[in-house]
Order: sequence, then C-alpha cells, then structure tokens
Amino acid sequence: MAKHHVTTTINGDRTEFLCDTEQTLLDVLRDELGLTGSKEGCASGDCGACSVTMNGTLVCSCLVLAAEAQDAKFETIEGVASAEELHPIQRHFLQEAALQCGICTPGFIVATKALLEHNPDPTETEARYWLAGNLCRCTGYDKIIKAVMNAAAEMRGA
Amino acid sequence: MGNEEELNRIIDYSGRDYKHIGTRPVRPDGVDKVTGRANFGADFDMNGMLHGRMVRSPHAHAKIKSINVAKALKLEGVKAVVTGKDFPAIDPSDKIVGEVVVSFYDMSRNVIARDKVYYDGHAVAAVAATSPQIAERAAALIEVEYEVLKPVMNLAEAMKKNAPVLHKGMTTEGVEPAPKKSSNIAKRAQFALGDVEAGFKKAEVIVEGDYSTQTVHQGYIETHACVVSLAADGMATVWSSSQGQFMVRAMCAKLCGMDNSKIKAIPAEIGGGFGGKTVVYLEPVAMMLAKQSGKPVKMVMSRDEVMRATGPTSGGHARCKLGALNDGTLVAGELEMEYEAGAFPGSPVGLGCMTGFAPYNMTDILCTGWDVVVNRPKAAAYRAPGAPVAAFAVESAMDELALKLGMDPLQLRIKNAAIEGTQAPYGVKFGRIGNLENLRAAEEHPHMSVPLGPNQGRGIASGFWFNIGGTSSAEVMINEDGTVIVVTGNPDIGGSRASMALMAAEVLGVDVSRIKPLVADTESVAFSALTGGSRVTFATGKAVIEAAEDAVKDMKRRAAKMWDVELDQVEWENGCAVCIETDKHKPLSIADIAKKSDRTGGAISGKANINAQGAGPAFGTHICDVEIDPETGFVTVLRYTAIQDVGKAIHPSYVEGQMQGGAAQGIGWALNEEYVYSDEGQLLNTGFLDYRVPVCSDLPMINTVVVEVPNPGHPYGVRGVGEVPIVPPLAAVANAVSRAAGVRMGHLPISPPKLLASIDEAK
Repeated sequence: MAKHHVTTTINGDRTEFLCDTEQTLLDVLRDELGLTGSKEGCASGDCGACSVTMNGTLVCSCLVLAAEAQDAKFETIEGVASAEELHPIQRHFLQEAALQCGICTPGFIVATKALLEHNPDPTETEARYWLAGNLCRCTGYDKIIKAVMNAAAEMRGA
Repeated sequence: MGNEEELNRIIDYSGRDYKHIGTRPVRPDGVDKVTGRANFGADFDMNGMLHGRMVRSPHAHAKIKSINVAKALKLEGVKAVVTGKDFPAIDPSDKIVGEVVVSFYDMSRNVIARDKVYYDGHAVAAVAATSPQIAERAAALIEVEYEVLKPVMNLAEAMKKNAPVLHKGMTTEGVEPAPKKSSNIAKRAQFALGDVEAGFKKAEVIVEGDYSTQTVHQGYIETHACVVSLAADGMATVWSSSQGQFMVRAMCAKLCGMDNSKIKAIPAEIGGGFGGKTVVYLEPVAMMLAKQSGKPVKMVMSRDEVMRATGPTSGGHARCKLGALNDGTLVAGELEMEYEAGAFPGSPVGLGCMTGFAPYNMTDILCTGWDVVVNRPKAAAYRAPGAPVAAFAVESAMDELALKLGMDPLQLRIKNAAIEGTQAPYGVKFGRIGNLENLRAAEEHPHMSVPLGPNQGRGIASGFWFNIGGTSSAEVMINEDGTVIVVTGNPDIGGSRASMALMAAEVLGVDVSRIKPLVADTESVAFSALTGGSRVTFATGKAVIEAAEDAVKDMKRRAAKMWDVELDQVEWENGCAVCIETDKHKPLSIADIAKKSDRTGGAISGKANINAQGAGPAFGTHICDVEIDPETGFVTVLRYTAIQDVGKAIHPSYVEGQMQGGAAQGIGWALNEEYVYSDEGQLLNTGFLDYRVPVCSDLPMINTVVVEVPNPGHPYGVRGVGEVPIVPPLAAVANAVSRAAGVRMGHLPISPPKLLASIDEAK
C-alpha cells in the first residue's frame, strides 16, 4: 500500500514524513525522524515512556497513529530545553536525583510539564495521580515527586 | 509525623571528614538523560541495517517436530532466517560452577530452542528483513510443527512422583544415595549450624508456618535491544544494553563459536536491569542473522516478549519453624524451601538458604533448599536473588513469634540481632556490621511513634545481603589541561558514574566538575566483571581509587622532576604537589603538571586491575504502615521507612534512591505482582496493564535512614547498597497487613480478593 504523506509541527518546526498505515507516531518519531528521546516501554499506553503533547494534550505517542499527526502540533522531550538552558523541571529532576537509569525520565518530564501547565499548584496527591500513567521502576517515585513539587514552586515564583 | 530532617537521616559511625565523598553533585550523565539525548539499547541504528524478529513458541511444553522456513524466505525483503540448528553444539558439561551454576548448554537452548520448547514464549527461530513490518510478517510465515506435551506449571505439580519430566536424564543432585530416576528436582542445597533438633528441645515457644510467593519480573522499563554487525573478515560489533559488556562478549563468543577478540561489545545506556540484564537473549541470535545476511541486524523486544521470555525471579514455597525461650531468645530455626528455576535448573534457592536467618544470632539452624524446574521462563537474577523469599518466610515467622510471646517485634529483633563475631548461617563469622545500629535507628525513628487508627497495622522486617567484590578495572587519565577522565568497564545502572567521579575527586583533590567518568567498550578498558551483586561502588570504586592513587604517584614523580628534587620530598595535598624540602617551590596543581607533561615523560595516567576482596555484608530494616479496607480487601501503604547500613554513602541521593526503589519493588511483590498462567501454560498478563508494578499514586513518600558503619574492606568504608532494600519489604508489608487484618497473610501477593477471603475465613 502507498505510504501516507503527513505534514505536522514538531517542537515548533514544520515537519513532513511518509508513513505506513500501521506505524505509530512513536515509530515515526524514533525510526523516521531520529527523535529517540521518546522511549518505547510497552507500546500499549501503560508506561508513559513515550509521552508527548498533541495540540497541548498529554498523550502516549505509541497510541497515536502517525497518519493522525496531519496538521497537529507536537511537543516532545527534545523541545523542552532551550539551547541556552534547561527547563526548571529538568533542573529540579537533576538536583533531586529524580532518576536512576533514566529511561522513564523523558516521559516524566513531558508529563510534568503538561501537569504544571494545567495545574500550576498541584498537591502531592494530585501530582501522584497525574503521573500515575508514567512508570518508574528504579526510584520508588519519592524523589520524582520532590522534583515536581520544587519545580512547581519555582515556576509559580513561590 | 515529623519534619523531613527527622524522617530522612544519615547516621555516620566513621568519624572521618571527607571533602567530596558524601556530597550530592548533579550526576555527570544527568543532562543527557533529562533532555532525551542519552542513547539506550534501542536508540542506535547502523547504516543498511536489517530488523530482526523472533518466532516464539505458543506452547509451554512441546517437542519441535519440524520448522519450515521456506515461505518466510520467499517474502520480499527477508534476508535471513535462523533456527537452533544454525548455532554450534555445546557440550552439556560446559558450565561455570559458582553460587549459581551457569550452564552454557542450557543458555544456548534458552536463547533459541533445539529439539524442545520449555515455556510459552521460548524462541524457536528468527528472521531478519529490511523493515520491522516485513520481519513481523515473515515471522508469521515460519511454520513450526509441535508435539504438545503436558506442561508442569508449578512447584507442587513438578515435584509429584509421576509428573511429566522436562529434562530426561536430569536427576536430583545433592541427595544420598544419588537417585537414578529422572526428576524435575535439579538439586538439594543444605546449610546447617549446630544441632537443630537439640535446639528445638530447648525451646519454650515454637512457631511454624507455611509461606509462598509467586513468579515476579524485574520489570525494567527498557526492553532488551541490540544492534549487531559482523563484517566479512569475521569482526563483530555488538551495541547493546546490558549489565556487562564483557559478559555480552563472552556469551556471544561462547554461543556463536567465536573468539573474544573478534567481538567488540559497546555498552549502551541501560534502562534498568535489577539483575535481569546479566544474561543474553538477543545478541547471539542477531549475530547469526548478521552472519547469514552480511548486514547489521537490530533486534528490539516487545514488552510481551520481555514478560514471556526473560527474567523472571523464582516463585517459592517455604516452611519456617522457629524456637525461642520465653524471654524471646531464639534457640532454633528450620527453613525448608522450594524455588522455581523456570525451564532450566539454577534457581537462587541456595542463596535463600544462606541469607534467611542471617540477621539473627542463632547457633542451631537447618536450611534446606530444592531447585525445581517448571515450564516457565528460566529465572534470571533479580536484586538479592533468592533472599527476599527466604526473608519473607523468616520475618513473617518472627512476627508470629513476637505475637505469641507478646513481645514488641522490634525488641525481639534487637534481642537476637547478629553482631560482629556472630556466626553466619553460611559459614563465616561476621566482621563489623551495622545490623544492630539499624534496629536502634528504627527504635528512635518518629515513624514508630505515629499512632495507628482502625484497620491499620505496622509491620517490621529485616533483611541481609552478602554484597560481592570481584574483578574490576579502572584507568584515570590526566588531560593536558589538567581535567581528568575516569574509565571503567561497568555499565552505570543507577548513578555509579557519579560515585566513580566522587571517589576519584577525593583521591586527586580536585572538584568533581573537572572529572569525566565514562563506561568504555570491551576494547578500551581491561576486563571487568559485570554490574551486579552490589559490587560496582565497592569493587570498581576500589579500582578507581587505586588508579587515581597511581596517577597521583606519577604526578608526584613529574613534580620532583620539574623541581629537580628527590621524590620523597614531594607530597600530594589538596590537589597539588607540594615540596616539603624547601618553600621556594610553589605547589603545582594537576593543570600545572599536565601542561608540562611532555617535558617530564609524556602523558599521565594511572590504572588498576584488581580482584577486590573484603566486600561488606549489609543489613536493612524496614517499617511499613498500612490500612486495609475490610469491605474490598484493598491495601493502602500509609507510611514507609527504609533503614540500611550502607557502610559509606558516596553520593547519598543515589543511595537513598536505591533504598526507595528497592522498597517500591518489594511493595509490588507483596501486594500486586504475579505471573498468571492459563491451564495450558500460556502467560496471561504480558503487559503493564495487568502485570501491575506500583505506580506513583500507589505509594507514599519513602523515608530513608542511611546508617554508615564503615566496611573495613574499602578505603572509604563502602559496602554496596542496591540489593539489601528489596529483602525486607515483602514481610514488612505482609506483617503490617496481617496485624491490621488479625490474620496471617503468608501467601503473596496480598491481592484484594485474597485478603478478603482470608478476613472472611477468620470470622
């Protein structure tokens, strides 16, 4: 079958690609566009390692078909830091040692950014439920939650 | 229940001052990991590479009658198909005998089946094609004809007299007289101290219980992945995510019949392992596909494949009997356990026998372990392999004993704590250990004084792990501008590069920001044993310290040359060479010495290849509060505190992280996680939706108390930290639930229906 020609926006850049019908957005990000910061942990939407935002909404890119990307706007982990500096969420993850192996970290950072855009002053419980779709097997989540709460405070100017 | 400082503490028994050790700098690989730039196993591609795909058995136990690959080979884009026949034959006697036997014969058959499949998901063939989609289609075209056999899915079935036998000719080792009949029981292991019968005769109180745990998976988020290239001259490169690039090289060489020198193994960043990446699954198969196709081959497992065919750790069954005097003094202990080995022998039941009673001063004990094969995936190491199941039984029995004696469970443990000089169940006498210090820290922790409400319970449990040393290598290279590169051969699974940099900084006397630690491939650093056994910060750290000292020695020599003084007139202070003979020479920094190195003998470096002895045994004590819902059987973990003697925390944040992560995995093991099989032996929960590891909203903050009783076998007192924290939580959680429910929960996982049934039964 002929491939689909898709025009989309990723991290502010207009991007075109060709994809097969069965390819997911995650497949295309990683294998066609070289954006390997989004990780595949399950391919079933259960681990959140492939988290991106699609038109501002947090999604698992393994559950989005690549062909659905037409005219949409995506932000991936590669778009979170600027050339000059890390995003406060990234800084707080480093300061709190909120990662061990680091495979889940891109997904957590993208999900946290979406959380704080949606709710700048979350309680610990709200943060835990928002991030319940992102699995981390190394940290027990303690330091992740600390990093999230500290980043939220800094971003609010508190 | 207290402020953060009270809840999370470091208790230092060393009395030594360090400049760099014990600080918390940002880890050197951190920025790459928060920006998505770090390259894990699946993040690497090679030009012109093919995509490999495994064909896996849908049957738990079957003979392979034939494999027809003709249709797959005809599909456009398919470049290679391999089956077990394409791999060299390995002699059954080819094995490494250690604490756990590594049989290359079995490993070869586990990587790809020959005449028989032993579990659902067992690899039987593999294809390589120009795209993942074509590879997948080709895999479906491979026709395997099976003669389906009755599977043996659990310990009780496997040990029955007339059970179907997995491996004809396998008899039970370690039993006198040696049995002649084939059996699914591979081995009996036994460890004894004193006279257990006499011990029980002295006992005034005896408790006895039956305990079981289910098969659980390590659950690393990164699935197994590799890229293998094999050139026409026979030189191969393997890029993969593992706990040891030298292990990958050795296993590929062995299983593919190659020399080590022909294989370069490059370690990718590793996305979690917990012991599960101490073996190979894909690499030898990708090697054979690369050989056949003449092109590089990439293979990446799906989550479903990870669950069905890798890991897991053994489910186990244990009977534990404890005898004590009325004052709580333990006088006898007996532990008999059976562990599932999975499809091939080699469960960690022996390690379970050695560790169960280790936290206690007991003179009369008997531990017997049975290693049993079943039609489940071959068990792989998982964090303190074998210890959690044994500790679950012993620590649950200790809780029962405390209840029967009417004694506080913490005081019972304090009364019987193993201390320096106590004879361990596995033969050694403990040196300086921090077991009692942990228990004292628990006693004083604010967690212990939080009042409990209705339906709430508090559980306490301890745990032990040996920690190991072994072969490690390191090189410390001084750059011409005075910055430093620290090279080791151990994949960094949880922040070890940060520890290596800190230890080098302490020796060299320079800031950690001037040090770049890296993990080299198999051709850029001398051999190092794999990352496991909580050995890296201890053993590889020791190598780094020695290599840094070697570099300092060299720099002192250079300084003596620059000043034209005798070597013994030069000392190393605060990152500088100083001349003690005269004050006319200004101290020389590393940068000063490096800048002129061409005039004093060329480049400067230090190296160390060691077999590190003196690993420090370690203990942990965990406190867990739960609330149960008597209507639904649901358990909420309210509070959790992990206390552990780590010897010395090099980077305390990553030490705390190991303790918290181990506790979380243990909570999952206790409450949620288990392999669920159909009657025919197909794994039913192959994804994270129904194999539920703890998620963020399942857990509270996990308090940590880092106890530092220095290990005399390490220059800075390091013991190792990664494994101990998964040993206590199974029983800490179960004891808390049992006390809240008023009924002993001896069988994991404590899922809501199971707890509800137990509550109803007890009514």
